[in-house]
Amino acid sequence: MNTLEGARLAPQATIGILGAGRVGTAIARLALAAGYRVKLATSKPAEENSLIIEIVTPGAEAVDASEAAAADLVIVAIPLHKFKDLDSHALSGKIVVDAMNYWSATDGEIPDFVNTALTSSEVVAAFLSASHVLKSFNHIGYHEMEPDALPAATGERRALAIAGDNSAAKTVLRGFIEHIGFDAVDAGDLAAGRHFEPGSEIFNGRFNASELNGLLHAVRLSN
Amino acid sequence: MDIGAYSFGDTQRNPDGSLGSTAQAISNLFEAIKHADASGLDYFGIGEHHTTTMPASSPGALISAAAAATKHITLGSAASIISTDDPVRIYQQFATADIISGGGRVEITAGRGSSVETFPLFGFDLQDYDELYEQKLDLLMSINDSASENITWSGTTRPALAHLAVVPRPAQNKLPIWLATGGNAASSARAGRLGLPVSYGIIGGAPHRFAPLAELYRKSGAAAGHALQTLKVSVAALGLVAPSTKEAVERFYPGWYNLNIEMGRLRGWPKPDKRAFDAQAAAPGAYYVGSPDEIAERIVHLHGYLGHMRHFLQSDIGGLPQEHFLESITLLATEVKPRVERLLAQK
Repeated sequence: MNTLEGARLAPQATIGILGAGRVGTAIARLALAAGYRVKLATSKPAEENSLIIEIVTPGAEAVDASEAAAADLVIVAIPLHKFKDLDSHALSGKIVVDAMNYWSATDGEIPDFVNTALTSSEVVAAFLSASHVLKSFNHIGYHEMEPDALPAATGERRALAIAGDNSAAKTVLRGFIEHIGFDAVDAGDLAAGRHFEPGSEIFNGRFNASELNGLLHAVRLSN
Repeated sequence: MDIGAYSFGDTQRNPDGSLGSTAQAISNLFEAIKHADASGLDYFGIGEHHTTTMPASSPGALISAAAAATKHITLGSAASIISTDDPVRIYQQFATADIISGGGRVEITAGRGSSVETFPLFGFDLQDYDELYEQKLDLLMSINDSASENITWSGTTRPALAHLAVVPRPAQNKLPIWLATGGNAASSARAGRLGLPVSYGIIGGAPHRFAPLAELYRKSGAAAGHALQTLKVSVAALGLVAPSTKEAVERFYPGWYNLNIEMGRLRGWPKPDKRAFDAQAAAPGAYYVGSPDEIAERIVHLHGYLGHMRHFLQSDIGGLPQEHFLESITLLATEVKPRVERLLAQK
């Protein structure tokens, strides 16, 4: 396991994105615009994705999943029911951002997520037991990501929540989120991700950092 | 440019807010299709949807009836949820409808559906989501591409066909089969690879952001050796046309509100926000709600990005009064279409 102490992403750090759907490609374009190197992978071999990636996320590299998993920060945006296709060995020691949701009304029931008190990201983290799993990007619509991203100097920009058990990993993700166009708010440990899962007020709205902090504070008090 | 409409059926609301009958919804839809044909609309897409508020579950049956009752309009599903249906049965129904239409007026649009009601309804497992879709699309295309009635096919999602007759053949040589997608890049690449026309369902965000997908679709198709003129793009979106933009918004918003209340109950959404509606209802948003001038301009603007050959609107949601639905169809056919053609000719 690599150490994360004092870690921040270098300006040219590599972002690995697993999943070239609407969420994965939107985050890829934001990361590219911010100057990161982006490696995108799906369950298919890299060459099958090269045309998709060349046109939809110009500047990103189509790679195999193992290469994306080796990046400085890995974002997972695949259909949640395929989470066991992730290579837990390749992702061991990595910061892995879970951008997925368990949303049975739209996606149907998935057995691993039905009879559990755990949040969906905790279920994913139990599978990726050697990774630093964080939850974020799940409470913003893919079609809102690029229109809502703003430079830091803009002030009242949209905020994204981060939940996770490793504070150094969260610092790394915070740097990434702030650099691509959003404020970041620490929501607490990974279990606290429940406060911005589908059905929550945070999931359904668009908030700046102080509003998001206020909502998180309020739900913590009511628990 | 084809101008059209599509509908999942729209169960009317009683004055006390309770739901009217699903039978009335189908009657209204059938009336709307006949009206569209008489008005000169190019295309009408139907279903497939399986909820009490949107009950157009059986596009094949409705399209057969419509094929007999109309003369010119092209009729298609929008879309057939092929994952949870039998492609043999879909093909037979649409081929039958095509013959009844006189030939050449019936199309299939193959999709996955935006929700999952059909999986428990027809006894399928969501875990097989991708496999079902891929195999059933393959079977549907195999039947369509076959030179004879006799089909041989095997897969894991339904029993194999060993030189079995699938009848009738359509009156036209093949049925147009469109691929419906909501904007996943891999789906555009797949449609291109298969050489199928692609239908984009754009329900939020700025439609011109689909431009890279249309480019990906055409490049994927060209790379697979398909001729550019066979690689067609259509756009399905929400919208309503009225004599003025103000009237269009006033007519469309209550139904949009009702639909979002209902969806919100299922999906945990908050109360619908009029600001969110207004943002989508004006250019460059996804809802084509406005006067004929405005809607024609917006369709032509999008054409600059997508080069699409058909633009069709879903208007009847959340209990839209039937008279407003019919007037929107009239305006699409008689006011929007000529403007679109004029504007495109000037380009």
